[in-house]
Amino acid sequence: MSGRLSAVPILKKLFCCSGLLAAASPVSAEYALNLPEPASELTREVYDLHMLTAKIALYITLIVTAVVFYAIFKFRKSKNYEPDQNFHTGKFGTWSWVLVPIIVLGIDLSISAPAIKTLHLIEDKTEADMTVKVIGTQWKWIYEYMEDDVRIVSSMLSEEEAEKAEGEGYLRTVDNPLVLPVGKRIRFLHTATDVLHAWWVPSITVKKDSIPGYITETWTIIDKEGLYHGQCAENCGRGHSYMPIQVAAVSQAEYDEWLNNKKQEQLAALQEASSDKTWSKEELMSKGEAVYKTNCLACHQANGAGVPGAFPALKGSPVAAGPVDKHIEIVLKGVKGTAMAPWASLNDFELAAVITYERNAWGNDTGDLVQPAAIKSAR
Amino acid sequence: MTAEALDNHHDHGPPKGYKRWLFSTNHKDIGTMYLIFATVMLFLGGGMAMLIRAELFIPGLQLVEPNFYNNMVTNHALVMIFGAIMPAAAGMANWMIPMMIGAPDMALPRLNNLSFWLLPMAAIMLIMAMVVPFFGGGAPVATGWTLYPPLSVQAGMGMDLTIFAIHTLGISSILASINIITTIINMRAPGMTWMKMPLFVWAWFFTALLLILVMPALAGGVTMLLFDRHFGTSFFDAAGGGDPVLFQHLFWFFGHPEVYVLLLPSIGVLGIVIPAFSRKPLFGYKPLVYWMGFLTALGLVVWAHHQYTIGMSVAATTYFMIGTILVSIPIGLMLFNFIFTMWRGAMTFETPMLFAIAIILMFAFAGTTGVMLAVVPADMQYHDTYFVVAHFHYALIPGALFGLYAGVFYWLPKWTGHMYDETLGKIFFWWTTIAFNVTFFPQHFVGLAGMPRRIADYSAQFTDINIISSIGGIMFGLSHLLFLYIIIKTVRGGKPAEAKSWEGAQVGTPGLEWTVASPPPFHTFTTPPVVK
Repeated sequence: MSGRLSAVPILKKLFCCSGLLAAASPVSAEYALNLPEPASELTREVYDLHMLTAKIALYITLIVTAVVFYAIFKFRKSKNYEPDQNFHTGKFGTWSWVLVPIIVLGIDLSISAPAIKTLHLIEDKTEADMTVKVIGTQWKWIYEYMEDDVRIVSSMLSEEEAEKAEGEGYLRTVDNPLVLPVGKRIRFLHTATDVLHAWWVPSITVKKDSIPGYITETWTIIDKEGLYHGQCAENCGRGHSYMPIQVAAVSQAEYDEWLNNKKQEQLAALQEASSDKTWSKEELMSKGEAVYKTNCLACHQANGAGVPGAFPALKGSPVAAGPVDKHIEIVLKGVKGTAMAPWASLNDFELAAVITYERNAWGNDTGDLVQPAAIKSAR
Repeated sequence: MTAEALDNHHDHGPPKGYKRWLFSTNHKDIGTMYLIFATVMLFLGGGMAMLIRAELFIPGLQLVEPNFYNNMVTNHALVMIFGAIMPAAAGMANWMIPMMIGAPDMALPRLNNLSFWLLPMAAIMLIMAMVVPFFGGGAPVATGWTLYPPLSVQAGMGMDLTIFAIHTLGISSILASINIITTIINMRAPGMTWMKMPLFVWAWFFTALLLILVMPALAGGVTMLLFDRHFGTSFFDAAGGGDPVLFQHLFWFFGHPEVYVLLLPSIGVLGIVIPAFSRKPLFGYKPLVYWMGFLTALGLVVWAHHQYTIGMSVAATTYFMIGTILVSIPIGLMLFNFIFTMWRGAMTFETPMLFAIAIILMFAFAGTTGVMLAVVPADMQYHDTYFVVAHFHYALIPGALFGLYAGVFYWLPKWTGHMYDETLGKIFFWWTTIAFNVTFFPQHFVGLAGMPRRIADYSAQFTDINIISSIGGIMFGLSHLLFLYIIIKTVRGGKPAEAKSWEGAQVGTPGLEWTVASPPPFHTFTTPPVVK
């Protein structure tokens, strides 16, 4: 199901629709009408509960429909049926007001009992093997492996990139999936930096909102290797459709190797950032472009033109063309009361590079080079 | 309803020209204005809905920009809830309650005028909120109707206009509710005891009570939002010691009872329409009154089921879950009551009755998906997906809107003095009901498959269902042109309606509306009628 549909033109999509009406198109045959297949004990319990309530819902709807249709066909004036004016005063009319609530209450309780059991499983606070802090921020996900001090930023891939990448195609594929080991108890801590978000990967765990100033908690033990998908579920503004989630569940050995590589990478980046080296324009620009793509593009757009009325343009803007100090301050501290967040969490080299990039890309030819030292002193 | 027709019986008819409407203190004229206003807003909100469905027809952004899309989502809800459903129900209350209980007019006629004329003002502000982003008013209100901070703090001037519109709508609703409660308590004709009141009157009594109780919570919440936006407070800003979740509690303390505000008047209509066309009294009049009271009370204490994912304690979550599941008892009894009112009756299937039967079926289905959503662990999957969107459209379109249609078709002969075209009415019923189901039934599945709410662009795997849903949505929207045509045709002429327009109109606990002419005189009762 690697994004097969994303490339097909509109006409073909319409054709698929008629396909669904007739039989089922290939994609919907794989999954489309129910919650995705659970990949953990927790989600399996939730899935079973969902199927139980769905079945009860179906049966009740069918019974009501049957009774109503029976009444419609039997008790109609065109068949000269004489209305029974005293029907409601008979035995049935009296006792049904006791019986019906008891029946409904019985159904209610038989749903509540397994529901409470599953709720306690979800809220089970057994010591976890590892903790991942999931931070929602407009419009990407940041993952922090708390024990290992590894931090990755996960943003959506563009339409062209997504077609090449592994996953469910455009709007469901990211550059850095969250990598997790199978068979380990993983605790997720959810929070957000700006507005509400919700990290939702239905196969591996239930969702809890990411709320600024709050930490909510979910957990899972993934029991099957694979690539799992989800999306931000809580409206977070303009880019809400553009915050997909991918989780790559791998074996412990693969995970250890991946983690080790990440640590090396992060160490190298740190060394790079803290070195006293004076960087060339090419180095700053290429690093800056990468940083911009991950962190700034969602709002200010690839061409630096922003979104009129929502996010200011950087191309030809008074900030990017004005004094360097002011530019550094805005990036470092953000602008209160707007969507511009403080970016102090990026390291000095990254900040220097991205500011240099903004001051020299898209025809902003200020020629200014910002070195990490300037950021360090501005902090 | 022409002025001449109203003048027939009285020496002092309505004032001429614009003064008749602008300065009106007549419950029928104000009721008519409410209904016209609601129809206009229904078409505005419906237009937005069709734009939403057109954008979602295929993946990608074809028509609108994401922020504008969510602005449409927000305003579609606000316009439909505050502009269409509530004023339509209030219009019906204005027309029917005084006539049903034998009162000459509403208890507070001038207040009645004020509560109507606040509405167009609020509507203008809401529409301005939509258009200011195009004139440099900052980011649009792209939060959804819940207006959750911090996103609503990021929005531009449109948000302030929305807040003031909500204040104005709230004042209007509270004043109208006070008026209705006062009328019901004080203006009943001799012999019209509480337990002889038509069910519609009872339903509005509970509705008005709910509105007075919960509107202030919303007004307080949005005022705090306004202060957070402009006066440096941090009620909802965690960085300043505030709490974003507090707003959610304030909002849903209003928002959940609001659902019952939308539903109850329609249940009242069903409680009249179903006995009339079954030619047999309600299966349980008193139980229905009591259970509506219970539903009103229960509705006030289950609000947090809209927020299962915020990380409440297990105890709180369990309480809200059980409370919510218990809602199935009064709702189930209502449906049971309606079904067994039809049982052993002699049914005919005029348009109001067709709507009533369709409501029983579709609302029962909405109730069962409601129980699914009430179950916390499962809701932690369903929350904020199209499953929720499908559920509440199944609850509110049959539960509120179709109930009002049933009422409109049932009372049109009384209001206009003409019978509507029954064939056209039935065509409208089938067209709108089928289109509604084509639109919203598939959305349950796309929600389960993982499509979140309030997204302007979706990935390709959700395409099929969205195409079906959009085709249904456009059909659903267009069906309302026929509705409008039927109404206009009936107002302009048609078979004259008798005082008692329906054969079964007097069964069970009827109101006094069928004892006066169709259309009724401008001032209904000059001396109090006596109910035996």
